[in-house]
Amino acid sequence: MMNVMRLFGGRAASAPVARERLQILLSHERGRSGAPDLLEMLRSEILSVVSKHIDVDPDKVVVRMDRGKFVSMLEVDIEVPNGVQRSKMVAAT
Amino acid sequence: MAKVLVVTSGKGGVGKTTSTAALGAALAQMGQNVVVIDFDVGLRNLDLVMGAERRVVFDLINVVQGVAKLPQALIRDKRLENLWLLPASQTRDKDALTEEGVKRVIADLKTKFDWILCDSPAGIERGATLAMRYADEAIIVTNPEVSSVRDSDRIIGMLDSKTVRAERGERVEKHLLVTRYDAGRAARGEMLSIDDILEILATPLLGIVPESQDVLRASNVGCPVTLNAASSAPARAYTDAVRRLMGEQVEMTVPVERKGLMDRLLRRRAA
Repeated sequence: MMNVMRLFGGRAASAPVARERLQILLSHERGRSGAPDLLEMLRSEILSVVSKHIDVDPDKVVVRMDRGKFVSMLEVDIEVPNGVQRSKMVAAT
Repeated sequence: MAKVLVVTSGKGGVGKTTSTAALGAALAQMGQNVVVIDFDVGLRNLDLVMGAERRVVFDLINVVQGVAKLPQALIRDKRLENLWLLPASQTRDKDALTEEGVKRVIADLKTKFDWILCDSPAGIERGATLAMRYADEAIIVTNPEVSSVRDSDRIIGMLDSKTVRAERGERVEKHLLVTRYDAGRAARGEMLSIDDILEILATPLLGIVPESQDVLRASNVGCPVTLNAASSAPARAYTDAVRRLMGEQVEMTVPVERKGLMDRLLRRRAA
């Protein structure tokens, strides 16, 4: 597809890629400035609460902040595998 | 009421100095009393872009350190009598500028001028933080390019936290000035569009300055583009931006080059 487009003289538009990369990067960086490591703090506390009850892969817990003009969106994304194990911590209590 | 306006960006080479000169001259043309201050200690260039490089005797550091009085360091523009320049020093001492000293100089300038434009150095170090420290308003100069947008975001964060106004719980009014914009390339998806940039930075737009040969030509001869080529596309963009700064409602457009056939033929011969 890319090659076909190139044949007809046009190159795949790169601006959408730039825009998406920036949005992802800045949502991380914004957490750092202002409140120190707010996002990382939220991430680790959310992770510890969730893993009390279910086993989750720490790498699959994503916390991000999208800053808007009037409101910001705090987005928490936790991937839970199917047939999830209840956490041993809960099982023990 | 005098207004202190910082022209900043984080990233270097996006057009802070060019924009400071062009905006300062446009404000002066509208009858305002304007002083432009170069905060780039060690790498001063505003004097060069404004064509005053051979008239610098004293500078901002001299005034801050009490070696010279403010009126001795101020250079009046040759073309506009109500436009003044306070140059930076070429000394390499980064610590020569003190917060207290800058505060005093700005307070003094506020009694004499309507607008005080602070041309910030690139980066996020002392020079940049001092340039924005006492600002009432800020112009963030951004190119439609990923690294510039990222650095602008960083600077916006600093404007909201490291300025005197921010520390008092007040707001520094922020304006985005997009420079080197190519509407054609943005339309073809080769360049971040204005909408992309505005969505990412969530800051009100002050103006769109198109990529143009007139900007380099103006700095080559040491004359703000708003004076050197007043009817050119970038000059009109800067003039519109200034009218918006002064509270006028001006429709937002990307000024385009007016090219007639004769103009094209002449330009080709000149090039």
